[in-house]
Amino acid sequence: MNGHDAPPTVGLSTGPATSLAYHTGTWRTERPVYVDLAPPCSLACPSGEDIRGWLGATQEGEAGFEAAWRRLVAANPLPAVMGRICYHPCQADCNRGEVDEEVGINAVERFLGDTALERGWALPVPAASSGRRVLVVGSGPAGLSAAYHLRQLGHEVVVREAAAEPGGMLRYGIPAYRLPRDVLAAEIRRIEDTGVRIERSTPVTDLRAVEAEFHAVVLTMGAGVAHHVDIPAGAASHIVDAIDVLRDVAAGNAPLVGRRVAVYGGGNTAMDAARTARRLGAADAVVVYRRTREQMPAHATELDDAVGEGVRVQWLSTIAAVDGPRVTIERMTLDDEGRPQGTGVFEELDADTVMLAVGQDADLTLLKGATDIAVDGGVIAVDPVTLMTGREGVFAAGDVSPGSRTATYAVGRGARAVRAVDAYLRSRVLPAEPVARSASADRLNTWYYSDAPKQHRAELAAARRVTGFEEVLSGLDAEHAVFEARRCMSCGSCFECDNCFGMCPDDAIRKLGPGMRYEVDYDYCKGCGICAAECPCGAIDMVPEVR
Amino acid sequence: MREVLEGSQAVARTVARCRPGVVCAYPISPQTHIVEALSVMARTGELGACEYVNVESEFSAMSVAIGASAAGSRAYTATASQGLLYMAEAVFNAAGMGLPIVMTVANRAIGAPINIWNDHSDAMALRDSGWLQLYAADNQEAADLHVIAFAVAEELGIPAMVCMDGFVLTHATDVLELPDADAVDAFLPPYLPTQVLDVEYPITIGTMAGPESFTETKYLQHLRFLDAAEVIDGWSRRFLEAFGREAGGLVARYDRDTCERSRDASAARAGDVTVVAMGSVLGTLQAALPALHDAGVPVRLVGVSSFRPFPAAALRAALGASRDIVVIDRALELGSGGVLTGDVGRALAGTRSRIHSVVAGLGGRPILEASLQDVVRRALDGTLGALDFLDLKTGGIPVPTAGATEVHR
Amino acid sequence: MTTVHIPFLQTGSLAVGGRLLSADERSVQSHSDRPSSLTKGHRACQGCAEALAARWVMDTAVDAAGGRLVVANATGCLEVFSTLYPESAWKPPWIHSLFANAAAVATGIASSLRAQGRDDVRVLAQGGDGGTVDIGLAAVSGMFERNDDVLYVCYDNQGYMNTGVQRSSATPASARTATTPAVGSTPGQAFGQGKSMVRIAMAHEVPYVASATPADLRDLEAKVRTAMSIHGARYLHVLVPCPVGWGSEPSQSIALARSAVQSGIFPVLEARAGELTDVQRIRERCDVTEYLRPQARFAHLFRPGGEDALDRWRALAEANIRRYDLLGGA
Repeated sequence: MNGHDAPPTVGLSTGPATSLAYHTGTWRTERPVYVDLAPPCSLACPSGEDIRGWLGATQEGEAGFEAAWRRLVAANPLPAVMGRICYHPCQADCNRGEVDEEVGINAVERFLGDTALERGWALPVPAASSGRRVLVVGSGPAGLSAAYHLRQLGHEVVVREAAAEPGGMLRYGIPAYRLPRDVLAAEIRRIEDTGVRIERSTPVTDLRAVEAEFHAVVLTMGAGVAHHVDIPAGAASHIVDAIDVLRDVAAGNAPLVGRRVAVYGGGNTAMDAARTARRLGAADAVVVYRRTREQMPAHATELDDAVGEGVRVQWLSTIAAVDGPRVTIERMTLDDEGRPQGTGVFEELDADTVMLAVGQDADLTLLKGATDIAVDGGVIAVDPVTLMTGREGVFAAGDVSPGSRTATYAVGRGARAVRAVDAYLRSRVLPAEPVARSASADRLNTWYYSDAPKQHRAELAAARRVTGFEEVLSGLDAEHAVFEARRCMSCGSCFECDNCFGMCPDDAIRKLGPGMRYEVDYDYCKGCGICAAECPCGAIDMVPEVR
Repeated sequence: MREVLEGSQAVARTVARCRPGVVCAYPISPQTHIVEALSVMARTGELGACEYVNVESEFSAMSVAIGASAAGSRAYTATASQGLLYMAEAVFNAAGMGLPIVMTVANRAIGAPINIWNDHSDAMALRDSGWLQLYAADNQEAADLHVIAFAVAEELGIPAMVCMDGFVLTHATDVLELPDADAVDAFLPPYLPTQVLDVEYPITIGTMAGPESFTETKYLQHLRFLDAAEVIDGWSRRFLEAFGREAGGLVARYDRDTCERSRDASAARAGDVTVVAMGSVLGTLQAALPALHDAGVPVRLVGVSSFRPFPAAALRAALGASRDIVVIDRALELGSGGVLTGDVGRALAGTRSRIHSVVAGLGGRPILEASLQDVVRRALDGTLGALDFLDLKTGGIPVPTAGATEVHR
Repeated sequence: MTTVHIPFLQTGSLAVGGRLLSADERSVQSHSDRPSSLTKGHRACQGCAEALAARWVMDTAVDAAGGRLVVANATGCLEVFSTLYPESAWKPPWIHSLFANAAAVATGIASSLRAQGRDDVRVLAQGGDGGTVDIGLAAVSGMFERNDDVLYVCYDNQGYMNTGVQRSSATPASARTATTPAVGSTPGQAFGQGKSMVRIAMAHEVPYVASATPADLRDLEAKVRTAMSIHGARYLHVLVPCPVGWGSEPSQSIALARSAVQSGIFPVLEARAGELTDVQRIRERCDVTEYLRPQARFAHLFRPGGEDALDRWRALAEANIRRYDLLGGA
């Protein structure tokens, strides 16, 4: 029945999806390009952790915990420690803070650290032996970090510690209610398990003498000597160094401080000292600080915790004199440049003990005679990139060298020194660090992040805290750690939400499968930019098309 | 079985025997009894597996038919007059998409002035819509043509209008013999659409054609339309064989002496006045012309059964050597003449025929046998002009007497 | 609301998918093997939300129908940009007939399928606002009134965009179009005109009526799925920002749909048998200017003298918020 001369035209019917023959990509003036930017958390992390990366793995739940921990310890071998004591600058910069509340990164870090200890996960097996020996002087956070990273690279590492136990300020400066000693010990033991040898009660007093034994030396003695100020004091006055009190408490020799304690200073040590004084029985602990809250070097959380435990702070005050239990305070005022100036107005304060927390100095006795190693402002001068001192093969990191005096900074500096040491040992040039583009908040499309409050760590009641040295903050359980990790917005890095894939009007994005992300089909992409506009985490740039 | 039936009822029953899958209907503008009868059969189950859809306009009626046909169903609707114009856009569309819908057009006038009576203005307005137009001379042929129309339309992938004069046929009662269901089943092949919306073999129907392809699309449609003449003729022959009576075809020939329809009738001869007409007026002419013939007037009758495609060759063959051609036209091309005349003239272009256009029966005006006889005589004696309005009253528009327009709509 | 509840996974339910979702928690659009019923190579303008919404709607419908979906499409942008012979961007069986008759063609298809006993194949009709609210309204209304088994989807870009941005009866007040120019004492489309197709549909008391936008895929997919679970006449009205007609950046099409909802201008709702059954609450309320300012068609509202019109816009948003309790708690 179809013997007709002319075929039917039947409304010009055609086959399905024949439009593939038409390449609309030629319309494009801008092309979407996937990018991976540095998130503000990592940029702010002095330890250089890939926070977004290990949070991402944590998001997977149980299956991702170990992977998350491994990404974490790639930078920082002390997550259970740092998960407790780090003042977490990462959280201050977290973009999520602009949506609801910053991600509780520190709590998740502690969860991973604790989980690893519970399950006995071992640190990575070090690389094959390089045949090089490195001495690390001091076993504080900088020393432990340096030792760990050096060992990972295959170097033989000896750590010499003057004290009876390793840990430095972690052990002797930070109260146990903030950092239980078993946690610290376990993480140090795990580093030793990788082959790092820690020689306890072995002070290094002569640099020249040890240099002969090693191919390189990393100085991480810290700053454990209390800084002193001159205060006229009567004979009956009880003035102690805060750092000594902390050290004695840590060593199990809790001193008697009386019912009223004044702490002079405004740093974290002052906060620790005041809180410790409360635990040692002081009904009244007053921090005397010569500037204002805004200028205080102690971290806001430390101050808040101290105030929460009943510590008082006397702002804009200096201790002019101490006479027995009588402390004379001079009120201060800030001049035009924000510096405190005496007002000549005095008042009195009763204190059984005055604790000085006005800074700590490094013990540089081992540098005696080493004129090639410059000391500047009480710390060892180093090359800002390589952290090498004035002497070839001798490096310095942590509180003994310039920079922020925090454990997280020390961990980061320890690792940085190792990169330079390794390059030095292998006679290679230290590769330049890539310039990181920040995934700033304005790149995000925060509409897509659901409201989800931070899972606050259940805090012990402040009243209970001051009765002893049990740990103040409890950790997250797995469920909450996962939840908290999932609050991470993955700033500047695709986390496979499918928005670009689902929202392309031109069906021009291919989904490559789990973990493989997406690719743009430039044959069809018209460059409308919806994918970039609707990418929650700002991981797509629109780049002008050059033809 | 011969039975006494109204034209509309006869069409409805015949359509039902063609087993349509979807019948859609809008009753008014103006209405016929066809869709009413089908609605009854749909309810009684006589229509079988058929969906009867009451739509909200003729435009939707044709649109529903388009959807139904594209989805693989034999689709049918009926309309007339204003209603046909209201669906005009969809009428063209159905043809362009090659959907073999069959539609009865109960031919009536187009307003204004509003007028519900018979002429061919409605179908003529859509003569180039791409549909086949098959005209019934009487109710028997009207019924039979539907069977042929489905067969032809579905073979070609071209929709077909079966045109039957409104009132004159649709509302007239005759003794008829309808094709019985089994015979129709045996005659009419099942609908096998050339294209269908099938989830197993998806296609896109109704794409947009740009300047680079539109002409060729139309040209192919034209070639397909040219094929139609042979297909119509073929199915009409088969109908004759199957049912024993003439219906459809391209051109109806009539016996010289009796004016009875006969496929074998001779062609007209030189000296004959040949009357060419379409639709029910052929019956009037069959009655009027034998008397003239008996009186020695050399007159022949030729009917146009298929107006679209226009059967130029078959018409020329039937007209033979006849040179005086009188075309009785029920539609007017304003400022020109009868619409059918135009096509006849084009078919006879290059011959020395004298073509007279007689516009008759507009808006239901009765066409009287005496008037037709008069026209033929005038053609013979050379006093009939190129254009004549049958029974035209002079002196302005007459006012009807009271009660003269009382009719059943 | 028929919206799906999914666990909190970084992005909650507002993103298309998420690597942490289980297979049955995923949207249709997030599957690498989604139908892509309207596939690449179509000629929609950059950032066309209609092209996007049509794929979303149809993919879900195809999924819900087990791949057995037939589509009738009205004349308009969607038809023109997808089917320029010899190319078609459609994968399901698809037919375009005329501007005004998509609903009736769909009825014809549904009737045919019924006559053939094919109750497994479902029918979807779609058109723009012109083909639905204006010229096609009679056919849509007829389809509704007969309760034909068709899901009709209107992609409302608020004007005749295909033909050069003329006014339709879905064009919002004060919008500049080619036939409502922004000149004279009352620039743009007059206030007090236009019609709500959603409420017209509800007045027919069809089994299901819903509105949606491309700013909420999960909601849209859930509505299509609900609609597909019901037989009879169903209506889905999708607001689709049009960069060309609205004078907006192509990249902002979804953002505009979002601000239309969050300002209260476009209520996202569901109704069954004529009764309003649910509304989507405003999540982050914004001022109407957030919706209006990025659109050049409203540029005159931000010039001196436009303040009154802005106030009237705010009143429109307030009226919607009151009528549909968009802020919740009423």
